[in-house]
Amino acid sequence: METLWFVIVAFMLAMYVILDGFDLGAGIIHLFAAKNQNERRTILNAIGPVWDGNEVWLLAAGGSLYFAFPKLYASSFSGFYLPLIIVLWLLILRALGIEFRHQVQNPLWKSFWDTSFSVGSILLSIFFGAALGNVVRGVPLNKDGYFFEPLWTTFTVVPEAGILDWFTVVMGLVGFFTLTSHGSNFIALKTEGDLQKRARSIAAMAWWGVLVGSIVAFISTWSIRPQIWQNYSDHPLGYVFPLLGMLGLVGMTVYNRSGKDTFAFLSSSLFIGGMLASTAFGLYPNVLPASTDPEYSLTIYNTAAQEYGLTVGLTWWLMGIMLATGYFVFVYRSFRGKVVLPAEESGY
Amino acid sequence: MEDALLIARLQFAFTIMYHYLFPQLTMGLGLLIVAMKWIALRRNDERYNEAARFWGKIFAINFAMGVVTGIPMEFQFGTNWAKFSTFAGGVIGQTLAMEGMFAFFLESSFLGLFIFGEKKLGPRGHFGAALAVFLGSWISGYFIVATNAWMQNPVGYAVAPDGTVHVNDFWALLLNPWLGWQYVHTMIGSVITASFVLAAVGAYYVLTDKHAEYGKVFLRIAVIAGVVSSILVAFPTGDAQVKNVYKYQPVTFAAMEGIFETKEGVELVLIGQPDMEKMKIDNPLYVPNFLSFLTHFSWQAEIKGLQAFPKDQWPTNIPLLYYSYHIMVGLGTIFIAIMAVSVLLLWRKRFFANRQILWVLMLSFPFPYIANTAGWATAELGRQPWLVYGLMRTAEGVSPTVSAGNSLFTLLGFLGLYFVIGVLFLLLVIKKINQGPA
Repeated sequence: METLWFVIVAFMLAMYVILDGFDLGAGIIHLFAAKNQNERRTILNAIGPVWDGNEVWLLAAGGSLYFAFPKLYASSFSGFYLPLIIVLWLLILRALGIEFRHQVQNPLWKSFWDTSFSVGSILLSIFFGAALGNVVRGVPLNKDGYFFEPLWTTFTVVPEAGILDWFTVVMGLVGFFTLTSHGSNFIALKTEGDLQKRARSIAAMAWWGVLVGSIVAFISTWSIRPQIWQNYSDHPLGYVFPLLGMLGLVGMTVYNRSGKDTFAFLSSSLFIGGMLASTAFGLYPNVLPASTDPEYSLTIYNTAAQEYGLTVGLTWWLMGIMLATGYFVFVYRSFRGKVVLPAEESGY
Repeated sequence: MEDALLIARLQFAFTIMYHYLFPQLTMGLGLLIVAMKWIALRRNDERYNEAARFWGKIFAINFAMGVVTGIPMEFQFGTNWAKFSTFAGGVIGQTLAMEGMFAFFLESSFLGLFIFGEKKLGPRGHFGAALAVFLGSWISGYFIVATNAWMQNPVGYAVAPDGTVHVNDFWALLLNPWLGWQYVHTMIGSVITASFVLAAVGAYYVLTDKHAEYGKVFLRIAVIAGVVSSILVAFPTGDAQVKNVYKYQPVTFAAMEGIFETKEGVELVLIGQPDMEKMKIDNPLYVPNFLSFLTHFSWQAEIKGLQAFPKDQWPTNIPLLYYSYHIMVGLGTIFIAIMAVSVLLLWRKRFFANRQILWVLMLSFPFPYIANTAGWATAELGRQPWLVYGLMRTAEGVSPTVSAGNSLFTLLGFLGLYFVIGVLFLLLVIKKINQGPA
């Protein structure tokens, strides 16, 4: 049962990164790809009707994590105190950027929210990458299963490292390049003309960043947390996840060159999903390894809620996810196709 | 650790009070927009569609504020109240996770369709989208109030060997005897806020003779919804909720009513200042024997005062609790009066020409916000010193590793950020109101 909920929570987090990832990516390129008012409005109208639903995956994943592994939620959220609150502030500024920008026809008002949307998106993509880096590297858990990390200490990987050290910064950059590429693929898919061309070329540039970053991350993970390969040697079937990820990585560049934006977008989704699944597979059954003493590591077993609650939860979770899937299919169908800019008053 | 506890409490109190300014409008307004769409559909009256479009814009701005200030609430359970989450996550994780699955997906999916999809959906589809958004926000309210109800009156749980609690009866959690009245009372409170906001904008339009035609549409809906909700919030829901407090938290009841001594035939204190040194109410204005009558239907019934309970069970801040409760009840009584007079005038067809009552309505909109906030303050102050009533004290729930310096940093950050976005929000809403319906 714990394993099942581990898979469910990992699935929901991956859905969050894939879905909100493309609108974060759209935010990253917002200031660079869109050169005039109409192009900026096009980007915002591409993500406008769906970004809020995408972000709900973060809340739903967080809620499921809280429900299934309360101890993990408590320990990690209090330990990552500062970066999480900063993430909240960035989410606030970014969301209001999308929703408030179009409400007032004044160039200063628009510039302010454009910047807040874009800077928020850039920093969030780096923070999410760094967060994953922290989970892989491990954190200084004490014997009660709590810890606290400052934002940075010496930038080296030591047991008392901060949130940011060279390894997590590398992971942050991987997150940044991945979401840049992912978001550019989405914008290319939803637009035409100059904006589409620029989005494609940004996706092509960011791809090199993803490639180099992934190689560096792969090699450094090997030296920092070699235990992550244990599961792979025990169960070689797990290699399917990194293989899928690599397939996605190849697809990203192939379809980007041939101008097949839908497939390029699906490839970057596959890359994100494959790489997150690979990490989850390597960590299992750990969910937050300790850098202090392996004994203190949080696992799905010492953090899970009890059997009864998890069983009841499965029933309503299945109902909820079916409903949510229904809504998403309906909404994405309603807004499918290229963005047609609506009149100034009635859109983003 | 004392400082860290205080700052964590201040931060939660500030962020939750600020957050609740937005959902209390959207939950009520959601219902009123459904009503507008329904009337438009039945009478084929385009004015009501336009009214729904206009309030849809105000709704969307408030909804965005509600979403962005709501995420910090869920996060803070982990960041600042880690011990509490470890202890109680096995129970309230259920309701919080269900909120995400059943409410957030619903409302976020259909809000975009409601705001931008009217042409695509057609009149019936658009009504359906409004209904879905309304349902989503009320389901959300249900799971949040269910979470709070469990903290007020824990049910359906068992204690594990490590001391944490876990749900062992799912339906007991969702049908907590505390929950039903608290939920309905809260939702109706939000309808009052929406009615008063609708009425204030309507009165402004009529008084300035700008968009006066729409002003009258707003006012008509507002005062009818307003009189019904103002009465329902007091009786039966408010009355039943107080009886729940009396039954499950008698010491809280004594504190909020300002009763120090145990005696028969207890008076209902309307106004007065609690003196915690001398254990009495100064300058009291009261109705003799009335509290005994309200709680027991008997003028001579005995009610326990604060002194009947050990001091370590007393709510931590009794004067503030007493004032919160009395502000809520006092304002609620005034709401009934204002709305009853308005409806009477509307019925006698003298409403729109009566500038006095329109002035009153235009200036009254802040008070339901205050009353709703005071109501929640009553619930939360009344639960003290407990975080989970009878099971965990507030001081035991705070995160063990977050220092006071770090939480002060984030508290100040929240204060600054919320101030700035509050100003921008107000600018935006004032601008929309001045633009008016097309």
